[in-house]
Amino acid sequence: MSKKPTFKEATPPAATDHAQAPVNARLSPEERIELFRKMVRIRRFEERSLRAYQAKKIGGFLHLYIGQEAVAVGCCSLMGPNDHVITAYRDHGHAIAVGMDTKPLMAELFGKATGCSKGKGGSMHYFDPSRNFWGGHGIVGGQIPLGAGLAYGLKYKGLKGAAMAFMGDGAVNQGAVHEAYNLASLWNLPVVFVIENNGYSMGTSQSRSSAGELAQRAAGYDMQWGQCSGHDVYEVRAMMDKFLTLARETGKPSTVEIDTYRYRGHSVADPDNTYRSKQEIEEYRRTRDPIQLFQVKLLAEGVLTPALAEQIDTEARAEADGAADFSEASPFPTPADIQADVYWEADNPADRRSQGRLFFT
Amino acid sequence: MPVISYREAIRHALAEELERDSNVVVMGEEVAQFNGAYKVTEGLLARFGPQRIVDTPISEAGFIGVGIGASMLGIRPVMELMFWSFYSVAFDQILNNAANVRYMSGGQIHCPIVIRGPANGGTNVGATHSHTPENVLANHPGVKVVVPSTPADAKGLLKSAIRDNDPVFFLENTMLYGEKGEVPAGEHVVPLGLADVKRAGTDLTIITYGRSVLHSLAAAAVLEREQKISAEVLDLRTIRPLDFDSVLKSVAKTHRVLIVEEQKPFASVGSQLAYMIQREAFDELDGPIHRLATVDAPAIYSPPVEVEQLPNPRRVLQAALETLA
Repeated sequence: MSKKPTFKEATPPAATDHAQAPVNARLSPEERIELFRKMVRIRRFEERSLRAYQAKKIGGFLHLYIGQEAVAVGCCSLMGPNDHVITAYRDHGHAIAVGMDTKPLMAELFGKATGCSKGKGGSMHYFDPSRNFWGGHGIVGGQIPLGAGLAYGLKYKGLKGAAMAFMGDGAVNQGAVHEAYNLASLWNLPVVFVIENNGYSMGTSQSRSSAGELAQRAAGYDMQWGQCSGHDVYEVRAMMDKFLTLARETGKPSTVEIDTYRYRGHSVADPDNTYRSKQEIEEYRRTRDPIQLFQVKLLAEGVLTPALAEQIDTEARAEADGAADFSEASPFPTPADIQADVYWEADNPADRRSQGRLFFT
Repeated sequence: MPVISYREAIRHALAEELERDSNVVVMGEEVAQFNGAYKVTEGLLARFGPQRIVDTPISEAGFIGVGIGASMLGIRPVMELMFWSFYSVAFDQILNNAANVRYMSGGQIHCPIVIRGPANGGTNVGATHSHTPENVLANHPGVKVVVPSTPADAKGLLKSAIRDNDPVFFLENTMLYGEKGEVPAGEHVVPLGLADVKRAGTDLTIITYGRSVLHSLAAAAVLEREQKISAEVLDLRTIRPLDFDSVLKSVAKTHRVLIVEEQKPFASVGSQLAYMIQREAFDELDGPIHRLATVDAPAIYSPPVEVEQLPNPRRVLQAALETLA
């Protein structure tokens, strides 16, 4: 039943109250509610997009983030002006966490011209450089060297910031990830490599795909590393604050493995009945759901009331429905749009310096 | 005008652009302390320091990915591949990330990176080190591909490449590094996408690029001297964007076309050119378009035989006569 070996806990689980970590203790009630709201908004967005997929409004793949919300929300809530994020194809949560509007996000899934990538990227390829969000990348592990490159850019410009390069547990066996680890450590690049370990690389469990502990591999590259639970947003923030601070203050990279779980299949095309049991999923839902856990905490803190929780949920559902309505009403790109956004020069003809044909038939 | 080598011309372009723009960084294996595997970057470390001239480990996917990520933040990395043949281990970074990120982001991101290094056969290093991937690269919309044949073009085109806001792949040639030619000192910029008539002629157009330009010019001289045939040699210089107007102009003048390329024939640059010429200049042609490519096999090691696998003046001459027959 267990999806993977239990962590050898770096910090004793029950004994540490992560709410007391300075980065959490100083949160105002409004900020705590905003963390909760973002997690709820991600979940309702994902559920609404699933319904749209089932109604055949969405093509291709749809990799849902349901169950992992505390990871993206916790990490991205720590971003300062010079912090950057890059992730893989399960990117909806990160996009919402960095503050992207859900209307263009949903419209992108619908393949509409009003989508965040004008309907050219799809579910796996969300970007918003204005929010320091650099995708949204489809090839497992391929974005990790780019994450190190964002850190390189920060360092080169002398900016005090950090890049967070997210990957799933399935990415840790890709060569590009290890090359990025080595370069980041060798060159002291301010990057935090974040492994969102949901236990399965597609349908292959961790025990069937990866030798040894995942985060610990960082030690081989002389990098600091940590592990934490991704079911508790306070714990995510406490752990990530430590390593983001390390990156910003000393330029040193690190690897953080965050234990999480996805309730849905690898993508919605995954029948999800060959590699794990329904009981396992139910057990996670019942005992470790990040939204439920945080709701209980906030109620106990007196920050949240049942009525406010209900209101937040209602608003999130309405927002997701509104995003779907917006997407439905939006136009598709036209065939004439296919060849825009290919070359900077073609899109900026007044500044074009090259000559000759850029496109061919 | 100063006469310098192709290698020096590239170095001058790098140095001038490093001087001009503090966001330019030269990065690659052995580019700094070792002074360059082919000495292209010799002296740059001493002049610009280790922040601008960066040695990397042998880790092409890693360091090219780092360059792409940095370019998204406005750095202008000029990455050296010791051989373009090593692009295969960084293929995902080059042709998924650099080539596609602008499109997939709906035009929000651009990636002003240059990847440069030699791409050629003829040095007896066998099949793994002799790839000429200009056709493979140019098959990807979003990228630009440059193959200079002379020192002046190498300098002028590299300066354009570094200033370009799209990813530019710059394919040099180890057999040309020592070739000398006149190169204007200082600001000398050749726009991408502009072909150059290296020799004017009236009877036959030889369309070519890279080192094959030199072979074509040698063959054209023999044709003139021994056969009284006037061959025009058109150097494409840039594969994508492609100066097809210059191709059409030359074809309209000579009505006979031979394409010479150091490329395997299947789906090569020449294949694309031949399609376009027949489509757009069919009535100008007095005969079928001919092509001389690398003999279709992995690069052979055997030194005297490799010469015969690649385009060379004798093979170009023979192909030209066949084109006119």
